[in-house]
Amino acid sequence: MDMEAKVKSFLSRYINLDDLENDTNFFELGMVNSLFSMQLVMFLESNIGIELNNDDIKMDNFKSVNAIVKLIKDKKAV
Amino acid sequence: MKEYDSFRIKCREFVFSYIEPYASLNDTREELDDSVVEAMKRAGYFGAMIPQEYGGLGLNNMQIGILICEIGKSCSASRSLLTVHGMVALAILKWGSDTQRKKYLPKMATGDIIGAFALSEPEVGSDANAIQCTATSFEDNYIINGTKKWITMSKLADVLLVIARLEDKPTAFLVNTKSVGVSATPIRGLMGVRASMMAEWEFNDCVVSYEEMIGNKGMGFAQVGLYSLDYGRYTIAWGNVGACMACLEAATDYSRKRKQFGVPIGKHQLVQKLIAEMVVQTKAAELLCINAAKLKDEKDADSIMETWNAKYFSSCAAKRVVDNAVQIMGGNGVIHGSVVERMYRDVKISEIIEGSNQMHEILIANNIFNNNYN
Repeated sequence: MDMEAKVKSFLSRYINLDDLENDTNFFELGMVNSLFSMQLVMFLESNIGIELNNDDIKMDNFKSVNAIVKLIKDKKAV
Repeated sequence: MKEYDSFRIKCREFVFSYIEPYASLNDTREELDDSVVEAMKRAGYFGAMIPQEYGGLGLNNMQIGILICEIGKSCSASRSLLTVHGMVALAILKWGSDTQRKKYLPKMATGDIIGAFALSEPEVGSDANAIQCTATSFEDNYIINGTKKWITMSKLADVLLVIARLEDKPTAFLVNTKSVGVSATPIRGLMGVRASMMAEWEFNDCVVSYEEMIGNKGMGFAQVGLYSLDYGRYTIAWGNVGACMACLEAATDYSRKRKQFGVPIGKHQLVQKLIAEMVVQTKAAELLCINAAKLKDEKDADSIMETWNAKYFSSCAAKRVVDNAVQIMGGNGVIHGSVVERMYRDVKISEIIEGSNQMHEILIANNIFNNNYN
C-alpha cells in the first residue's frame, strides 16, 4: 500500500472521504473533533514510523490528505 | 493476564501495608498522611509512568492499570496523586524539550518533585478552550495572571502544569508553586475523594522563564492538555475498577456472614440479583480497561476513544456497584468508617472529573455519528 493509501485508510476511520479532494481542509469543514489530532499523531508515529516534534504540530501539516502525505515524505527524507 | 499475577501481588502487598491503614484517616482528615507519600517514594511509584532512562520504573500501561486498580481498591485519594502527577510527567515526556525532560523527570520519578495539572478555573470547566488565565511575553519570560481552581493534589505539588492564553492561544507552562506571585487557598469540604488536597491558585504577575513553556504556543489544550487528560481518564477508569472490586468483596463477605430470616442474606434471591449485577459490571469495566491498556501499549490511535469508553463505563459501573453494596450492607454501609460509605462518596467524583459523564456521552456518540465510517 502506498503512503497516500495508508493515510486514507486511517482517515476513513474518522472521516467520510468519499466526497473529499486530497487537498480539502477537513479541519475547516469541521469534520474532525478535538481528539483527531492526537489520534493522527499516534498513527503517524506508531504506524508510519516518523517522530514528530513540537514544530511539526501545526494545522498546515495535518489539514488534508496531501498535507499529511507531504509531512511524512519530508520527515522520512530527513 | 496471568503474566501480571506476581506484579499484582506485589502491588497488593504494598497497598495492604502502606495505603490501607491510612485510607479512612485520609478521608476524615481531608489530607494524605505523609507516610503514604513517603511509601510511594520508596516504592518508586511516582516514577511508575516514567521511562527507566529518566529513573522511573517504566511500567507498561497494563502494569500501570494494575497498580492504580490496587490502590483504587483502598484509597481513591492516593490513586488521584499518581493520576495528576503522571499527567504532568507524561506531558513533559511527550511535549517537553530535552532540557525540561532532564530537569524534571528524574526528580519526578523519585517524588522529589510532585506535579499537579492546572486547567480548570472558577468559570471554566468542560469548555476548556474558554480559559481566561493569561500569559504575556516580557523579555525572556512570560507573565502569568489568573486563577485556577479545583487543582487536585496541588497542596502537595512542587510544579503546576498551567494552561494559559498566550496571544489568545491556549499554551502550557510549568510553574513552580513557590514562585513569587503565586498563592494557594486550600479547598476543603469535598463530598468524596476528600483527601484530594485541592487548592485554588492565584497567579498575580507570576514570572515564568521562557524555558518553562511546554510545546508551542497554541498547543496547550489540543495537544498537551488532551494528552495529559488521556492518562488521567485511563487511571481514573482503573481506579473505578478497584472501587468496584473492593465493594464487591465487602458486600459478598457481608452477605455470607449477615443472617436474616434464619439464613445468610446471600441466600436471598434479591440480594443475589444485586451481587450478580456487581459481578458483571465489575468484570465489564475491567475488560474495557484491559482493552484500553492493550491498545495503549500497541500505540494504537483507537486507544484514545477506548479510554473514553472505559472511563465512562467504569464510572457508571462504580456508582451502581457501590450503590448495591451500600444497599446490601444497610446501616453498616452508611456509617462513617465503612469502606463502602467512603467509596459511595468517592465514585460520584469520578463521574465529574477528567470530563463529566455528559461530556463523555456527547463525545462517544458524536464519534459514532460523525466520524466512524468503518
